Amino acid sequence: MKRWIAFWNIFVKDLRAYYLKPPNISWGLIFPLAWTGMFFIKSGGLKDVLSLVPGVVSLSILFGTTSLLSVTVTFEKKGRSFDRLLLAPIPLELLMLAKTSGAILFGVVNAFVPILMAAFLTDLSQVAWRAAIPAIVLIATSSTFLGLFVAVSVSEVFEAQTFSNFFRFPMVFLCGLFFPIEQLPAFLRYLSYLFPLTYGADILHGAFHGEHLMAFSTDFTALSFFCVALFLISLRNIGRRWIM
Amino acid sequence: MNDAAAIAIAVDGLSKRFGEVQAVSDLSVEVTEGELFGFLGPNGAGKTTTINMLTGLARPSAGKIRIGGIDCTENPKAAQHLTGVVPDESNLYPELTGFQNLSFCAALYGIRKKERETRARVLLDTFSLSDAGDRKFAGYSKGMKRKLTIAAGIIHQPEILFLDEPTTGIDVASARQIRQLIADLNRSGTTIFLTTHYIEEAERLCGRIAFIVKGRIVRIDTVADLVQPIQDAHVMQLAVSNAEPTLQDKLTAAFPHLRFQVPAPDLIRVEADEPVHVGPLVRFIEDQGIDVIEARRMRPSLEDVFVQITGIEANAMKKEKEKAGGPQ
Repeated sequence: MKRWIAFWNIFVKDLRAYYLKPPNISWGLIFPLAWTGMFFIKSGGLKDVLSLVPGVVSLSILFGTTSLLSVTVTFEKKGRSFDRLLLAPIPLELLMLAKTSGAILFGVVNAFVPILMAAFLTDLSQVAWRAAIPAIVLIATSSTFLGLFVAVSVSEVFEAQTFSNFFRFPMVFLCGLFFPIEQLPAFLRYLSYLFPLTYGADILHGAFHGEHLMAFSTDFTALSFFCVALFLISLRNIGRRWIM
Repeated sequence: MNDAAAIAIAVDGLSKRFGEVQAVSDLSVEVTEGELFGFLGPNGAGKTTTINMLTGLARPSAGKIRIGGIDCTENPKAAQHLTGVVPDESNLYPELTGFQNLSFCAALYGIRKKERETRARVLLDTFSLSDAGDRKFAGYSKGMKRKLTIAAGIIHQPEILFLDEPTTGIDVASARQIRQLIADLNRSGTTIFLTTHYIEEAERLCGRIAFIVKGRIVRIDTVADLVQPIQDAHVMQLAVSNAEPTLQDKLTAAFPHLRFQVPAPDLIRVEADEPVHVGPLVRFIEDQGIDVIEARRMRPSLEDVFVQITGIEANAMKKEKEKAGGPQ
Protein backbone atom coordinates (compact mmCIF):
# COMPACT_ATOMS: atom_id res chain seq x y z
CA MET A 1 0.00 0.00 0.00
CA LYS A 2 2.81 2.40 0.94
CA ARG A 3 4.41 1.92 -2.45
CA TRP A 4 1.17 2.73 -4.23
CA ILE A 5 0.78 5.92 -2.19
CA ALA A 6 4.21 6.89 -3.50
CA PHE A 7 3.29 5.79 -7.06
CA TRP A 8 0.05 7.80 -7.09
CA ASN A 9 1.68 10.94 -5.70
CA ILE A 10 4.54 10.86 -8.21
CA PHE A 11 1.97 10.43 -11.00
CA VAL A 12 -0.24 13.28 -9.73
CA LYS A 13 2.74 15.55 -9.06
CA ASP A 14 3.99 15.10 -12.62
CA LEU A 15 0.55 15.72 -14.09
CA ARG A 16 0.26 18.98 -12.14
CA ALA A 17 3.84 20.10 -12.56
CA TYR A 18 4.30 19.25 -16.24
CA TYR A 19 1.43 17.81 -18.24
CA LEU A 20 -1.43 20.07 -17.11
CA LYS A 21 0.59 23.25 -17.57
CA PRO A 22 -0.98 25.60 -20.17
CA PRO A 23 2.01 25.46 -22.60
CA ASN A 24 1.85 21.67 -22.67
CA ILE A 25 -1.93 21.58 -23.02
CA SER A 26 -1.61 23.96 -25.95
CA TRP A 27 1.15 21.74 -27.37
CA GLY A 28 -1.25 18.80 -27.09
CA LEU A 29 -3.89 20.73 -29.07
CA ILE A 30 -1.84 22.74 -31.56
CA PHE A 31 0.50 19.97 -32.60
CA PRO A 32 -2.21 17.54 -33.74
CA LEU A 33 -4.05 20.46 -35.38
CA ALA A 34 -0.95 21.38 -37.35
CA TRP A 35 -0.37 17.76 -38.41
CA THR A 36 -3.99 17.39 -39.43
CA GLY A 37 -3.85 20.58 -41.49
CA MET A 38 -0.66 19.45 -43.18
CA PHE A 39 -2.12 16.05 -44.08
CA PHE A 40 -5.31 17.64 -45.40
CA ILE A 41 -3.33 19.98 -47.63
CA LYS A 42 -1.20 17.08 -48.84
CA SER A 43 -4.25 14.93 -49.67
CA GLY A 44 -6.07 17.78 -51.35
CA GLY A 45 -9.03 18.23 -49.02
CA LEU A 46 -11.47 16.21 -46.98
CA LYS A 47 -11.84 13.30 -49.39
CA ASP A 48 -10.44 10.55 -47.22
CA VAL A 49 -10.31 11.66 -43.60
CA LEU A 50 -10.23 8.10 -42.26
CA SER A 51 -6.98 7.34 -44.07
CA LEU A 52 -5.40 10.47 -42.57
CA VAL A 53 -6.35 9.90 -38.93
CA PRO A 54 -3.87 7.04 -38.19
CA GLY A 55 -0.94 9.18 -39.29
CA VAL A 56 -1.99 12.24 -37.33
CA VAL A 57 -2.76 10.18 -34.22
CA SER A 58 0.58 8.34 -34.39
CA LEU A 59 2.64 11.49 -34.85
CA SER A 60 0.78 13.38 -32.12
CA ILE A 61 1.48 10.61 -29.65
CA LEU A 62 5.08 10.12 -30.73
CA PHE A 63 6.09 13.78 -30.55
CA GLY A 64 4.00 14.60 -27.47
CA THR A 65 5.29 11.79 -25.28
CA THR A 66 8.94 11.65 -26.34
CA SER A 67 9.37 15.42 -26.10
CA LEU A 68 7.85 15.85 -22.68
CA LEU A 69 9.17 12.78 -20.94
CA SER A 70 12.74 13.10 -22.15
CA VAL A 71 12.82 16.78 -21.16
CA THR A 72 11.14 16.48 -17.75
CA VAL A 73 13.24 13.54 -16.60
CA THR A 74 16.46 15.18 -17.83
CA PHE A 75 15.41 18.42 -16.11
CA GLU A 76 14.79 16.64 -12.80
CA LYS A 77 18.03 14.70 -13.06
CA LYS A 78 20.02 17.84 -13.77
CA GLY A 79 18.35 19.69 -10.88
CA ARG A 80 19.02 16.65 -8.69
CA SER A 81 15.39 16.40 -7.59
CA PHE A 82 15.37 13.00 -9.30
CA ASP A 83 17.86 11.84 -6.63
CA ARG A 84 15.08 12.37 -4.09
CA LEU A 85 13.05 9.71 -5.89
CA LEU A 86 16.02 7.35 -6.07
CA LEU A 87 16.48 7.74 -2.29
CA ALA A 88 12.88 6.74 -1.53
CA PRO A 89 12.14 3.13 -0.59
CA ILE A 90 10.35 2.37 -3.86
CA PRO A 91 11.55 -0.32 -6.29
CA LEU A 92 13.12 1.27 -9.35
CA GLU A 93 10.62 -0.45 -11.68
CA LEU A 94 7.63 1.05 -9.84
CA LEU A 95 9.31 4.44 -9.60
CA MET A 96 9.89 4.59 -13.35
CA LEU A 97 6.37 3.37 -14.09
CA ALA A 98 5.09 6.22 -11.91
CA LYS A 99 7.32 8.71 -13.74
CA THR A 100 6.17 7.50 -17.15
CA SER A 101 2.44 7.07 -16.45
CA GLY A 102 1.77 10.78 -16.77
CA ALA A 103 3.41 10.88 -20.20
CA ILE A 104 1.49 7.80 -21.36
CA LEU A 105 -1.79 9.43 -20.31
CA PHE A 106 -0.71 12.67 -22.03
CA GLY A 107 -0.02 10.69 -25.22
CA VAL A 108 -3.41 8.97 -25.11
CA VAL A 109 -5.22 12.29 -24.57
CA ASN A 110 -3.19 13.81 -27.44
CA ALA A 111 -4.34 10.96 -29.69
CA PHE A 112 -7.99 11.81 -29.15
CA VAL A 113 -7.62 15.43 -30.28
CA PRO A 114 -7.42 14.52 -34.01
CA ILE A 115 -9.98 11.75 -33.50
CA LEU A 116 -12.44 14.27 -32.04
CA MET A 117 -11.76 16.62 -34.95
CA ALA A 118 -12.30 13.77 -37.41
CA ALA A 119 -15.63 12.99 -35.73
CA PHE A 120 -16.95 16.34 -37.00
CA LEU A 121 -15.78 15.63 -40.55
CA THR A 122 -16.63 11.98 -41.13
CA ASP A 123 -18.47 8.96 -39.82
CA LEU A 124 -16.38 7.02 -37.28
CA SER A 125 -18.94 4.32 -36.61
CA GLN A 126 -17.05 1.79 -38.73
CA VAL A 127 -13.79 2.22 -36.81
CA ALA A 128 -12.61 -0.93 -35.01
CA TRP A 129 -12.20 0.70 -31.60
CA ARG A 130 -11.35 -2.60 -29.89
CA ALA A 131 -8.12 -2.57 -31.92
CA ALA A 132 -7.63 1.20 -32.11
CA ILE A 133 -7.77 2.00 -28.38
CA PRO A 134 -5.29 -0.67 -27.21
CA ALA A 135 -3.06 0.36 -30.12
CA ILE A 136 -3.18 4.01 -29.01
CA VAL A 137 -2.27 2.99 -25.45
CA LEU A 138 0.60 0.80 -26.68
CA ILE A 139 1.90 3.49 -29.08
CA ALA A 140 1.83 5.97 -26.17
CA THR A 141 3.61 3.48 -23.91
CA SER A 142 6.33 2.57 -26.40
CA SER A 143 6.88 6.24 -27.33
CA THR A 144 7.09 7.21 -23.66
CA PHE A 145 9.62 4.47 -22.98
CA LEU A 146 11.57 5.68 -26.02
CA GLY A 147 11.56 9.12 -24.36
CA LEU A 148 12.79 7.50 -21.15
CA PHE A 149 15.56 5.73 -23.06
CA VAL A 150 16.59 9.11 -24.51
CA ALA A 151 16.42 10.84 -21.09
CA VAL A 152 18.70 8.25 -19.51
CA SER A 153 21.18 8.52 -22.38
CA VAL A 154 21.77 12.29 -22.17
CA SER A 155 22.62 14.78 -19.45
CA GLU A 156 21.42 18.12 -20.87
CA VAL A 157 17.87 19.13 -21.75
CA PHE A 158 18.83 20.32 -25.26
CA GLU A 159 20.56 16.99 -25.90
CA ALA A 160 17.30 15.22 -25.08
CA GLN A 161 15.51 17.01 -27.94
CA THR A 162 18.33 16.45 -30.41
CA PHE A 163 18.74 12.80 -29.52
CA SER A 164 14.96 12.26 -29.67
CA ASN A 165 14.94 13.47 -33.28
CA PHE A 166 17.61 10.93 -34.14
CA PHE A 167 14.92 8.27 -33.57
CA ARG A 168 11.76 10.20 -34.34
CA PHE A 169 12.35 11.40 -37.88
CA PRO A 170 13.51 8.11 -39.40
CA MET A 171 10.55 6.51 -37.64
CA VAL A 172 8.09 9.05 -39.05
CA PHE A 173 9.28 8.54 -42.63
CA LEU A 174 9.73 4.77 -42.50
CA CYS A 175 6.74 3.59 -40.46
CA GLY A 176 4.33 3.59 -43.38
CA LEU A 177 2.57 6.88 -42.71
CA PHE A 178 4.07 8.85 -45.61
CA PHE A 179 5.22 6.04 -47.89
CA PRO A 180 3.69 2.55 -47.99
CA ILE A 181 6.19 0.13 -46.47
CA GLU A 182 5.81 -2.34 -49.33
CA GLN A 183 7.01 0.34 -51.77
CA LEU A 184 10.19 1.14 -49.80
CA PRO A 185 13.58 -0.22 -51.02
CA ALA A 186 14.36 -3.57 -49.40
CA PHE A 187 16.93 -2.32 -46.87
CA LEU A 188 14.62 0.51 -45.71
CA ARG A 189 11.74 -1.95 -45.48
CA TYR A 190 13.77 -4.12 -43.10
CA LEU A 191 14.75 -1.02 -41.15
CA SER A 192 11.11 0.03 -40.80
CA TYR A 193 10.34 -3.20 -38.97
CA LEU A 194 12.77 -2.13 -36.24
CA PHE A 195 10.50 0.78 -35.25
CA PRO A 196 7.58 0.33 -32.84
CA LEU A 197 5.54 2.98 -34.67
CA THR A 198 5.43 0.78 -37.80
CA TYR A 199 3.31 -1.77 -35.92
CA GLY A 200 1.18 0.86 -34.15
CA ALA A 201 0.46 2.71 -37.41
CA ASP A 202 -0.40 -0.61 -39.09
CA ILE A 203 -3.03 -1.40 -36.42
CA LEU A 204 -4.49 2.11 -36.72
CA HIS A 205 -4.66 1.85 -40.53
CA GLY A 206 -6.49 -1.45 -40.13
CA ALA A 207 -8.79 -0.10 -37.43
CA PHE A 208 -9.72 3.13 -39.27
CA HIS A 209 -9.95 2.09 -42.93
CA GLY A 210 -9.38 -1.66 -43.01
CA GLU A 211 -5.99 -1.72 -44.79
CA HIS A 212 -3.08 -3.23 -42.90
CA LEU A 213 0.06 -5.14 -43.78
CA MET A 214 0.43 -7.52 -40.87
CA ALA A 215 -2.00 -9.46 -38.68
CA PHE A 216 -3.15 -7.50 -35.63
CA SER A 217 -1.74 -10.25 -33.40
CA THR A 218 1.71 -9.70 -34.94
CA ASP A 219 1.42 -5.94 -34.54
CA PHE A 220 0.31 -6.15 -30.90
CA THR A 221 3.00 -8.69 -30.04
CA ALA A 222 5.71 -6.55 -31.64
CA LEU A 223 4.47 -3.35 -29.95
CA SER A 224 4.32 -5.08 -26.56
CA PHE A 225 7.82 -6.44 -27.11
CA PHE A 226 9.13 -2.91 -27.84
CA CYS A 227 7.43 -1.56 -24.68
CA VAL A 228 9.01 -4.22 -22.45
CA ALA A 229 12.42 -4.04 -24.14
CA LEU A 230 12.67 -0.23 -24.03
CA PHE A 231 11.59 -0.17 -20.38
CA LEU A 232 14.06 -2.86 -19.32
CA ILE A 233 16.93 -1.26 -21.26
CA SER A 234 16.13 2.11 -19.65
CA LEU A 235 16.06 0.54 -16.17
CA ARG A 236 19.43 -1.09 -16.80
CA ASN A 237 20.86 2.21 -18.03
CA ILE A 238 19.52 4.06 -14.97
CA GLY A 239 21.29 1.53 -12.78
CA ARG A 240 24.52 2.00 -14.74
CA ARG A 241 24.50 5.74 -15.36
CA TRP A 242 22.59 7.28 -12.45
CA ILE A 243 23.53 4.97 -9.58
CA MET A 244 27.24 5.07 -10.32
CA MET B 1 32.47 3.90 21.57
CA ASN B 2 30.03 1.91 23.68
CA ASP B 3 30.21 -1.74 22.62
CA ALA B 4 26.80 -2.45 24.15
CA ALA B 5 25.08 0.14 21.96
CA ALA B 6 23.50 -1.05 18.71
CA ILE B 7 25.31 -0.12 15.53
CA ALA B 8 23.31 2.15 13.24
CA ILE B 9 25.87 2.41 10.45
CA ALA B 10 28.65 -0.11 9.87
CA VAL B 11 31.07 0.37 7.02
CA ASP B 12 33.93 -1.99 6.33
CA GLY B 13 36.67 -1.46 3.76
CA LEU B 14 34.53 0.84 1.63
CA SER B 15 36.19 2.07 -1.56
CA LYS B 16 35.06 3.96 -4.61
CA ARG B 17 36.92 4.53 -7.84
CA PHE B 18 35.79 6.75 -10.71
CA GLY B 19 38.03 5.75 -13.62
CA GLU B 20 41.52 6.78 -12.62
CA VAL B 21 40.38 8.66 -9.53
CA GLN B 22 40.27 6.85 -6.19
CA ALA B 23 37.55 8.89 -4.45
CA VAL B 24 37.29 6.78 -1.28
CA SER B 25 39.86 4.25 -0.02
CA ASP B 26 39.33 1.42 2.43
CA LEU B 27 37.02 3.35 4.70
CA SER B 28 35.86 1.60 7.87
CA VAL B 29 33.68 3.17 10.53
CA GLU B 30 30.89 2.30 12.94
CA VAL B 31 28.28 4.77 14.15
CA THR B 32 26.17 3.79 17.15
CA GLU B 33 22.44 4.43 17.48
CA GLY B 34 21.70 7.94 18.73
CA GLU B 35 25.19 9.22 17.92
CA LEU B 36 25.92 12.50 16.12
CA PHE B 37 28.93 11.53 14.06
CA GLY B 38 30.97 14.12 12.19
CA PHE B 39 32.76 13.49 8.91
CA LEU B 40 35.19 16.35 8.51
CA GLY B 41 37.39 17.12 5.55
CA PRO B 42 38.16 19.62 2.82
CA ASN B 43 36.28 19.81 -0.48
CA GLY B 44 36.99 16.77 -2.64
CA ALA B 45 37.96 14.62 0.34
CA GLY B 46 35.29 12.02 -0.47
CA LYS B 47 32.57 13.05 1.99
CA THR B 48 29.69 13.29 -0.49
CA THR B 49 30.81 10.14 -2.33
CA THR B 50 30.73 8.30 0.99
CA ILE B 51 27.20 9.55 1.76
CA ASN B 52 26.09 8.62 -1.76
CA MET B 53 27.34 5.07 -1.24
CA LEU B 54 25.71 4.82 2.19
CA THR B 55 22.35 6.01 0.88
CA GLY B 56 22.22 4.10 -2.40
CA LEU B 57 23.07 6.84 -4.90
CA ALA B 58 26.45 5.29 -5.71
CA ARG B 59 27.73 1.74 -5.86
CA PRO B 60 30.86 0.91 -3.84
CA SER B 61 33.81 -0.48 -5.79
CA ALA B 62 34.63 -2.56 -2.71
CA GLY B 63 33.61 -2.98 0.91
CA LYS B 64 30.50 -3.69 2.95
CA ILE B 65 27.71 -1.42 4.22
CA ARG B 66 25.17 -2.22 6.93
CA ILE B 67 22.49 0.30 7.82
CA GLY B 68 20.32 -0.45 10.87
CA GLY B 69 21.66 -3.99 10.79
CA ILE B 70 20.59 -4.51 7.16
CA ASP B 71 23.22 -5.43 4.60
CA CYS B 72 22.85 -2.79 1.87
CA THR B 73 25.97 -3.54 -0.10
CA GLU B 74 24.17 -5.41 -2.88
CA ASN B 75 20.71 -3.94 -2.40
CA PRO B 76 20.88 -0.26 -1.41
CA LYS B 77 17.05 -0.06 -1.39
CA ALA B 78 16.86 -2.48 1.54
CA ALA B 79 17.36 0.12 4.28
CA GLN B 80 16.07 3.28 2.59
CA HIS B 81 12.95 3.22 4.79
CA LEU B 82 15.24 3.81 7.79
CA THR B 83 17.19 6.72 6.41
CA GLY B 84 16.69 10.35 5.60
CA VAL B 85 19.07 12.31 3.41
CA VAL B 86 19.73 16.02 3.23
CA PRO B 87 21.99 16.54 0.21
CA ASP B 88 24.64 19.24 -0.07
CA GLU B 89 22.44 21.15 -2.53
CA SER B 90 18.79 21.92 -1.94
CA ASN B 91 17.03 19.70 -4.47
CA LEU B 92 13.33 20.12 -3.88
CA TYR B 93 10.86 20.88 -6.65
CA PRO B 94 11.00 24.57 -7.65
CA GLU B 95 7.47 24.57 -9.06
CA LEU B 96 5.89 23.24 -5.84
CA THR B 97 5.21 25.28 -2.71
CA GLY B 98 7.03 24.58 0.54
CA PHE B 99 3.98 22.74 1.89
CA GLN B 100 3.50 20.72 -1.31
CA ASN B 101 7.19 19.77 -1.33
CA LEU B 102 7.03 18.44 2.23
CA SER B 103 3.78 16.61 1.61
CA PHE B 104 5.18 15.05 -1.59
CA CYS B 105 8.37 13.92 0.16
CA ALA B 106 6.30 12.28 2.90
CA ALA B 107 4.19 10.52 0.26
CA LEU B 108 7.36 8.96 -1.19
CA TYR B 109 7.61 7.05 2.11
CA GLY B 110 3.99 5.91 1.93
CA ILE B 111 2.59 8.30 4.55
CA ARG B 112 -1.14 8.93 4.14
CA LYS B 113 -2.49 12.34 3.17
CA LYS B 114 -3.89 13.49 6.52
CA GLU B 115 -0.79 12.45 8.45
CA ARG B 116 1.66 13.96 5.96
CA GLU B 117 -0.19 17.27 5.89
CA THR B 118 -0.12 17.44 9.69
CA ARG B 119 3.60 16.68 9.71
CA ALA B 120 4.26 19.25 6.98
CA ARG B 121 2.52 21.98 8.99
CA VAL B 122 4.39 21.07 12.17
CA LEU B 123 7.74 21.11 10.37
CA LEU B 124 7.03 24.41 8.63
CA ASP B 125 6.32 25.84 12.06
CA THR B 126 9.42 24.25 13.63
CA PHE B 127 11.64 25.67 10.90
CA SER B 128 9.96 29.12 11.07
CA LEU B 129 8.65 28.72 7.50
CA SER B 130 4.90 28.78 8.17
CA ASP B 131 4.47 32.14 6.46
CA ALA B 132 6.27 30.86 3.35
CA GLY B 133 4.48 27.50 3.23
CA ASP B 134 2.26 28.53 0.31
CA ARG B 135 5.07 30.13 -1.68
CA LYS B 136 6.88 28.29 -4.44
CA PHE B 137 10.24 26.78 -3.45
CA ALA B 138 11.91 28.60 -6.38
CA GLY B 139 11.28 31.91 -4.60
CA TYR B 140 12.87 30.92 -1.28
CA SER B 141 16.14 32.44 -0.03
CA LYS B 142 19.18 30.13 0.34
CA GLY B 143 18.65 29.79 4.09
CA MET B 144 14.95 29.00 3.66
CA LYS B 145 15.79 26.43 0.98
CA ARG B 146 18.27 24.70 3.29
CA LYS B 147 15.75 24.63 6.13
CA LEU B 148 12.99 23.21 3.92
CA THR B 149 15.42 20.62 2.50
CA ILE B 150 16.25 19.49 6.03
CA ALA B 151 12.54 19.38 6.87
CA ALA B 152 11.96 17.24 3.76
CA GLY B 153 14.74 14.90 4.90
CA ILE B 154 13.10 14.26 8.28
CA ILE B 155 9.36 14.36 7.47
CA HIS B 156 9.20 10.56 7.43
CA GLN B 157 10.91 10.51 10.86
CA PRO B 158 13.96 8.49 9.84
CA GLU B 159 16.02 6.62 12.43
CA ILE B 160 19.23 7.63 10.68
CA LEU B 161 19.78 11.00 9.05
CA PHE B 162 22.57 11.80 6.60
CA LEU B 163 23.32 15.51 6.50
CA ASP B 164 25.70 16.64 3.79
CA GLU B 165 27.16 20.10 4.45
CA PRO B 166 23.91 21.43 5.97
CA THR B 167 25.09 24.98 6.62
CA THR B 168 27.22 25.63 3.55
CA GLY B 169 26.59 28.95 1.85
CA ILE B 170 23.87 30.32 4.11
CA ASP B 171 23.69 33.33 6.42
CA VAL B 172 24.87 33.28 10.03
CA ALA B 173 21.40 33.36 11.61
CA SER B 174 20.06 30.51 9.46
CA ALA B 175 23.22 28.45 10.08
CA ARG B 176 22.83 28.93 13.81
CA GLN B 177 19.18 27.89 13.69
CA ILE B 178 20.01 24.82 11.61
CA ARG B 179 22.74 23.77 14.08
CA GLN B 180 20.23 24.09 16.92
CA LEU B 181 17.72 21.98 15.01
CA ILE B 182 20.35 19.31 14.31
CA ALA B 183 21.24 19.17 18.00
CA ASP B 184 17.54 18.91 18.95
CA LEU B 185 16.98 16.13 16.43
CA ASN B 186 19.89 14.19 17.85
CA ARG B 187 18.63 14.71 21.40
CA SER B 188 15.31 13.22 20.32
CA GLY B 189 17.14 10.01 19.36
CA THR B 190 17.94 10.36 15.65
CA THR B 191 21.34 9.01 14.64
CA ILE B 192 23.04 11.68 12.56
CA PHE B 193 25.90 11.31 10.10
CA LEU B 194 27.04 14.85 9.40
CA THR B 195 29.59 15.85 6.80
CA THR B 196 31.06 19.30 6.99
CA HIS B 197 34.19 21.24 6.22
CA TYR B 198 33.46 23.70 9.03
CA ILE B 199 35.71 22.59 11.87
CA GLU B 200 33.92 24.65 14.50
CA GLU B 201 30.56 23.21 13.41
CA ALA B 202 31.82 19.66 13.89
CA GLU B 203 33.38 20.60 17.24
CA ARG B 204 30.16 22.20 18.46
CA LEU B 205 27.76 19.45 17.35
CA CYS B 206 29.47 16.08 17.14
CA GLY B 207 30.31 13.48 19.73
CA ARG B 208 32.85 11.72 17.54
CA ILE B 209 34.59 12.95 14.45
CA ALA B 210 36.39 11.29 11.57
CA PHE B 211 38.94 13.35 9.64
CA ILE B 212 38.89 12.39 5.96
CA VAL B 213 41.57 13.53 3.55
CA LYS B 214 41.94 12.34 -0.06
CA GLY B 215 39.40 9.59 0.45
CA ARG B 216 41.03 8.10 3.54
CA ILE B 217 40.08 8.42 7.21
CA VAL B 218 43.18 9.69 8.96
CA ARG B 219 41.73 9.78 12.48
CA ILE B 220 38.49 8.97 14.34
CA ASP B 221 37.93 10.00 17.95
CA THR B 222 35.77 11.97 20.34
CA VAL B 223 36.28 15.74 20.29
CA ALA B 224 37.65 15.58 23.87
CA ASP B 225 40.19 12.87 23.01
CA LEU B 226 41.20 14.64 19.81
CA VAL B 227 41.95 17.86 21.64
CA GLN B 228 43.50 16.22 24.73
CA PRO B 229 47.11 15.86 23.43
CA ILE B 230 47.36 19.59 22.79
CA GLN B 231 45.27 20.62 25.80
CA ASP B 232 48.42 21.45 27.77
CA ALA B 233 49.87 23.59 25.02
CA HIS B 234 49.93 27.33 25.66
CA VAL B 235 48.60 29.35 22.76
CA MET B 236 48.46 33.13 22.63
CA GLN B 237 47.29 35.53 19.95
CA LEU B 238 48.56 39.09 19.69
CA ALA B 239 46.58 41.67 17.74
CA VAL B 240 49.10 44.15 16.28
CA SER B 241 49.01 47.27 14.12
CA ASN B 242 50.94 46.00 11.09
CA ALA B 243 53.43 43.15 11.23
CA GLU B 244 56.22 43.33 8.66
CA PRO B 245 57.00 40.14 6.64
CA THR B 246 60.32 39.51 8.42
CA LEU B 247 58.85 39.76 11.91
CA GLN B 248 58.32 35.99 12.30
CA ASP B 249 62.04 35.28 11.69
CA LYS B 250 63.10 38.05 14.09
CA LEU B 251 60.78 36.71 16.81
CA THR B 252 61.99 33.12 16.32
CA ALA B 253 65.61 34.29 16.63
CA ALA B 254 64.90 36.32 19.77
CA PHE B 255 62.67 33.74 21.51
CA PRO B 256 63.85 30.30 20.34
CA HIS B 257 61.71 28.44 22.94
CA LEU B 258 58.50 29.85 21.40
CA ARG B 259 56.82 28.94 18.08
CA PHE B 260 55.48 31.85 16.01
CA GLN B 261 53.01 32.16 13.13
CA VAL B 262 51.93 35.37 11.39
CA PRO B 263 48.72 34.26 9.59
CA ALA B 264 47.72 37.88 8.85
CA PRO B 265 49.53 41.26 9.00
CA ASP B 266 47.56 42.17 12.13
CA LEU B 267 47.90 38.85 13.96
CA ILE B 268 50.72 36.94 15.62
CA ARG B 269 50.14 33.46 17.01
CA VAL B 270 52.48 32.16 19.70
CA GLU B 271 52.68 28.55 20.91
CA ALA B 272 54.75 27.18 23.77
CA ASP B 273 55.01 24.16 26.05
CA GLU B 274 55.01 26.41 29.14
CA PRO B 275 53.31 29.71 30.06
CA VAL B 276 54.28 32.58 27.76
CA HIS B 277 55.78 35.65 29.48
CA VAL B 278 54.03 38.44 27.69
CA GLY B 279 56.14 41.43 28.89
CA PRO B 280 59.41 40.74 27.04
CA LEU B 281 57.49 39.67 23.94
CA VAL B 282 55.39 42.85 23.79
CA ARG B 283 58.45 45.04 24.44
CA PHE B 284 60.37 43.32 21.60
CA ILE B 285 57.53 43.78 19.13
CA GLU B 286 57.02 47.43 20.08
CA ASP B 287 60.78 48.01 19.69
CA GLN B 288 60.25 46.97 16.03
CA GLY B 289 57.85 49.91 15.66
CA ILE B 290 54.71 47.77 15.79
CA ASP B 291 51.86 48.52 18.23
CA VAL B 292 50.50 45.61 20.26
CA ILE B 293 46.76 46.21 20.60
CA GLU B 294 45.67 43.09 22.48
CA ALA B 295 47.10 39.85 23.85
CA ARG B 296 44.75 36.92 24.41
CA ARG B 297 45.31 33.36 25.63
CA MET B 298 43.61 30.85 23.32
CA ARG B 299 42.11 27.47 24.16
CA PRO B 300 43.55 24.82 21.82
CA SER B 301 40.80 24.01 19.34
CA LEU B 302 39.82 21.16 17.07
CA GLU B 303 41.17 23.29 14.25
CA ASP B 304 44.65 22.99 15.75
CA VAL B 305 44.24 19.22 15.93
CA PHE B 306 42.97 19.08 12.34
CA VAL B 307 45.93 21.09 11.08
CA GLN B 308 48.34 18.95 13.10
CA ILE B 309 46.91 15.63 11.88
CA THR B 310 46.08 16.41 8.26
CA GLY B 311 48.65 19.05 7.48
CA ILE B 312 45.87 21.12 5.89
CA GLU B 313 46.06 24.74 6.93
CA ALA B 314 43.01 26.35 8.46
CA ASN B 315 43.34 29.13 5.87
CA ALA B 316 42.78 26.61 3.07
CA MET B 317 39.55 25.47 4.71
CA LYS B 318 38.48 29.09 5.14
CA LYS B 319 39.04 29.76 1.44
CA GLU B 320 36.78 26.79 0.74
CA LYS B 321 34.15 28.33 2.98
CA GLU B 322 34.27 31.55 0.98
CA LYS B 323 34.07 29.65 -2.31
CA ALA B 324 31.18 27.60 -0.99
CA GLY B 325 29.09 30.62 -0.32
CA GLY B 326 30.21 33.15 2.20
CA PRO B 327 30.99 33.57 5.84
CA GLN B 328 29.36 31.78 8.75
